Amino acid sequence: MFGHAPDDGDESDETESSCGCEAGSGESDGSAESRSTSEVRSDGGEPSDERRPTSELCSDGGIDADVPGDPGSAGGAGSHPSSDDEFEPVQVFPDSTEQDLRPGADSCYKCSTCDTNCPVAEVDDEFPGPKFQGPEQWRLSRDDAPEIDDSIDKCSNCMRCDHACPTDVPLSQMHNTARGRYVDDQLSKLSIQYLRKKILSNYGRLGRLGSLFPRTTNFVMGNRAVRWITDRTLGITDEREFPEFATQTFRSWWDERGGAQVQSEDRRVAYFHGDYANYNTPEVGKALVRVFESFGYEVAVPRQRCSGTPMFANGMLDDARRAATVNVTEFDALIEEGYDVVCSCTSCSMALRQEYPELFDIDGTERVAANTYDAVEYLRIHEDLREELADAETDADDELPDLAYHAPCHARNQGLAEQALEVGDAVEGVDVDDVGDSCSGISGTYGWKSKHYDTSMAIGDEMFDHMEDSEAETGMTECPTCAMQMEHGTGYDVRHTLELLEATLVGEGEAW
Amino acid sequence: MAIESDVIVIGGGLAGHFAAIAAADAGKETRLVTANQSTLRQASGLIDVLGYPPAAAVGETGTGDAAGDHASDADSDRADADDPDAVGEENPNAVDAEDPRPDAPFRSGPIVDPFEAIPELPEGHPYERVGLAAVREGLATFDEVVDGYVGSHTDANALVPTHGGVAKPTARYPEHTAAGLASDDRDAVLVGFETLTDFDAPVAADSLAAGGVPFEVAGVTVRFPGDLRADAKATRYAELLETDEVPAPKAADGGSSGAATHASQGRSCRAAIVERIRRAVGDVDVDPERIGFPAVLGEERTAEARADLADRLGVPVFEVPTGAPSLPGIRLEHQLGDALRERDVRVADGRPVVDVSATDGRVGHLVVESAGGSTVPMAADSYVLATGGLVGRGIDADRDGVREPIFDCHVPHPDDRYEWFADAAFGDHPFAYFGVDVDRDLRPLDAEGEPEYANLHAAGAVLGGYDFAAENSGAGVSIATGHAAGSAAAEGS
Ligand SMILES: Cc1cc2nc3c(=O)[nH]c(=O)nc-3n(C[C@H](O)[C@H](O)[C@H](O)COP(=O)(O)OP(=O)(O)OC[C@H]3O[C@@H](n4cnc5c(N)ncnc54)[C@H](O)[C@@H]3O)c2cc1C
Ligand code: SF4
Ligand code: SF4
Repeated sequence: MFGHAPDDGDESDETESSCGCEAGSGESDGSAESRSTSEVRSDGGEPSDERRPTSELCSDGGIDADVPGDPGSAGGAGSHPSSDDEFEPVQVFPDSTEQDLRPGADSCYKCSTCDTNCPVAEVDDEFPGPKFQGPEQWRLSRDDAPEIDDSIDKCSNCMRCDHACPTDVPLSQMHNTARGRYVDDQLSKLSIQYLRKKILSNYGRLGRLGSLFPRTTNFVMGNRAVRWITDRTLGITDEREFPEFATQTFRSWWDERGGAQVQSEDRRVAYFHGDYANYNTPEVGKALVRVFESFGYEVAVPRQRCSGTPMFANGMLDDARRAATVNVTEFDALIEEGYDVVCSCTSCSMALRQEYPELFDIDGTERVAANTYDAVEYLRIHEDLREELADAETDADDELPDLAYHAPCHARNQGLAEQALEVGDAVEGVDVDDVGDSCSGISGTYGWKSKHYDTSMAIGDEMFDHMEDSEAETGMTECPTCAMQMEHGTGYDVRHTLELLEATLVGEGEAW
Repeated sequence: MAIESDVIVIGGGLAGHFAAIAAADAGKETRLVTANQSTLRQASGLIDVLGYPPAAAVGETGTGDAAGDHASDADSDRADADDPDAVGEENPNAVDAEDPRPDAPFRSGPIVDPFEAIPELPEGHPYERVGLAAVREGLATFDEVVDGYVGSHTDANALVPTHGGVAKPTARYPEHTAAGLASDDRDAVLVGFETLTDFDAPVAADSLAAGGVPFEVAGVTVRFPGDLRADAKATRYAELLETDEVPAPKAADGGSSGAATHASQGRSCRAAIVERIRRAVGDVDVDPERIGFPAVLGEERTAEARADLADRLGVPVFEVPTGAPSLPGIRLEHQLGDALRERDVRVADGRPVVDVSATDGRVGHLVVESAGGSTVPMAADSYVLATGGLVGRGIDADRDGVREPIFDCHVPHPDDRYEWFADAAFGDHPFAYFGVDVDRDLRPLDAEGEPEYANLHAAGAVLGGYDFAAENSGAGVSIATGHAAGSAAAEGS
């Protein structure tokens, strides 16, 4: 019961909590981090530094200066200047008094379709649902009702409501914005709630520590006593085991192999791995690299930070903006050189494609959004993936198990809910079984909060049942936190679709 | 390269689902691409084929004859299978243009037998385009694919009471509503829940009684067990009724409660409701032989919840279809999703088709837009356009005119915007008829009456020439034309 934290797949960044090592103190903005990013916050409204009390906990403590990948060491990729100092982006939603009333708010005709899709509203009597959180609250706030209802904190940012709305009301954008306001204006920076958000949404910080001392960290984080303490003091549930840190990060593997092994002028992809594939599931990153190289792509792995997904979900928009700025700058530079951006985590691709343009106005955001793809989707568009898989020599019958697949909500939102099934169809000897369209319930950091644990597991019940019903005894998904939930609820080993491609096409990778 | 298949259906409503089912059943590799959820979750879940004759103004949009010709004189207060004469007799006066149609419970002329009325429809009406046989085929497919619906034993319309106290003429209805039919003479009590304000049982009961139903009916309102929020969702009621749980009272400290996973120990939600109903029924004059609830009796295990309630109450129990959000619509959506899965139809939902490439009068591929604006090409031999009408956004109307946004198919409409609307709020608005004109293979026609593309077919509310709300034909037209368009697309691929 100690120390074994069986998490493989999950990523999106958010999940961590910590023993409080983040809970240091000091103020955030004067730290190293602001060197690269603070200029982003010139939001036309009040300078955000003023908004941040100096008592803010959780210093970025300089760790952040160590954004993975030094500028310029994009591992085999071309160069990409990180012009951190050159832009002066403007916030879309300048400040709380002048809320932008998006045209979308008015196109709500109250059909309630969004409400019927909300997994939280179905099981939680304290949550008013997306229609209220979005268009209704939005309208209210126009009438000078300044407070954001604190139920906004219960929304898990699964974005199912976005996908539901027949008239494209930008619900999740409203939620993200409202949550940001709520955290900025209504939450004490000294509160446990704030601290927990800070910790859960800044996974990369812990990730860097964890990967320096993976065994120690895994041991400590897996320790029941430590988990009990974080539960009682921080409200981070002790029901879950913290994801295990890999002994070698993806980036260190990448450097060790000497970066890209294939050069190409016209087939170039820049890989956004995010924190989770780097620190916890490097096998997913390796699978991506090997699969793309097998198709003759030159892969670049530029400097990058967390996609921001956990920060949006926790209302930490300033943190998210800083991370986004690094990512947009780095990837935009590569797009100039003919690269397309590919992600292995569907929440990361969702952030780059939809949330960045909705929430931030960073130079290059639109271009990055328009050139970002899910990795498997990219191959489906550009290669005859079906044919390649059908022709593959692998004896999948012997080597690969049948798989119970769960489509992450954020994959669904990108129209990708069934692509893994199609990939599975093409692999002879492997059955990929869809475990239904329910939400896994974890939604990133959501299910990590003690107060949401029950809700999270109640939502996940339907998926667990379907997994148990399926013949397959290995799970598959593209979202690291969904994978965590799948493992937590069923005890199955959970793999990534890219690993299936790797096993079939390249014949390398982790054993199945 | 484009992601390929034999047939691509655009749109995930009833029409799109039935098009995909037909194409897949014809042996084609089929893909369904849809932007958002359809209107299914808003609709009653009833499958209306034709409830009322088309209004007199069809001719105004240039899509057909004056439809008053086909009005029925059946002004008995309910359609009756034994009275086939009620339909088809010409009586242009039966339709009163001032009649506020959507509200009048038993207005003149509900159609008794839609299959007798269909051959009489004006040219250009979607049913006229596909023909009676195709309508029957579509419904036969519906009966085969969807479980738990009743009505296939007869051609005649049934009258199903809805939440507003209106008896709706419909061709297929969920078995859960079956005990509620307005033609049934067993006395009924309708039960509403205080917090579920969409269904006011006493008002609905009064309205049914005023409409002249052949039974005694009264409504009672009870409190739903547990501490539900005032605006709890229909899905929340369904969840509690299905799991038979009573949510735990909120923890006083606001601590780690909230989630209502822990039922209050051992309390049965359904038992508590039944107890309250027993008390409430004592106060009304009707001794119920059946009891109706708003249609929130579970999402996946409705049969179980309903049977248990009936058991406890000692009389049959039925659901009264509600407005949006509609559990019967959600259940139907689940079943149709399963049907696609069984047929290996691949669904890409969550992204819109924004453009097409075409050469030589054929659609080459579709351009599907992802969040963020990157695009994915998808190609097939034939395509079905099932993007809905003004509500589903298959048809766009703005100051400059009315368009079909993906293929830019011709949509006939008066140039003068003031001619789009009738004077009366509930009048027979020409805009309700807006949509693409099609040939008998359901191919959209250009302004000259020629097919826009050889390999494009259209189905459902994107079609012009009918007003589904006024004539109660929404689901029927979508199923019939969806099935026909899917079959035509399969043939052409
Ligand atoms: C409030 C309401 C109540 C109703 N009640 C009843 C009833 O009681 N009985 C009855 O028989 N009928 C009823 N109907 C009608 C019926 O439910 C359907 O609306 C009708 O059958 C039309 O279905 P459809 O499939 O053609 O279109 P829709 O259901 O509108 O579906 C259109 C689909 O196309 C998608 N789409 C649109 N544009 C694009 C694009 N560019 N790219 C990709 N996808 C796109 C949409 O996202 C949607 O999924 C009701 C309708 C409404 C709105
Ligand atoms: S689905 Fe869209 S239109 Fe319907 S209530 Fe929700 S936000 Fe409004
Ligand atoms: S994002 Fe998910 S949890 Fe939040 S309101 Fe929308 S559907 Fe509900």
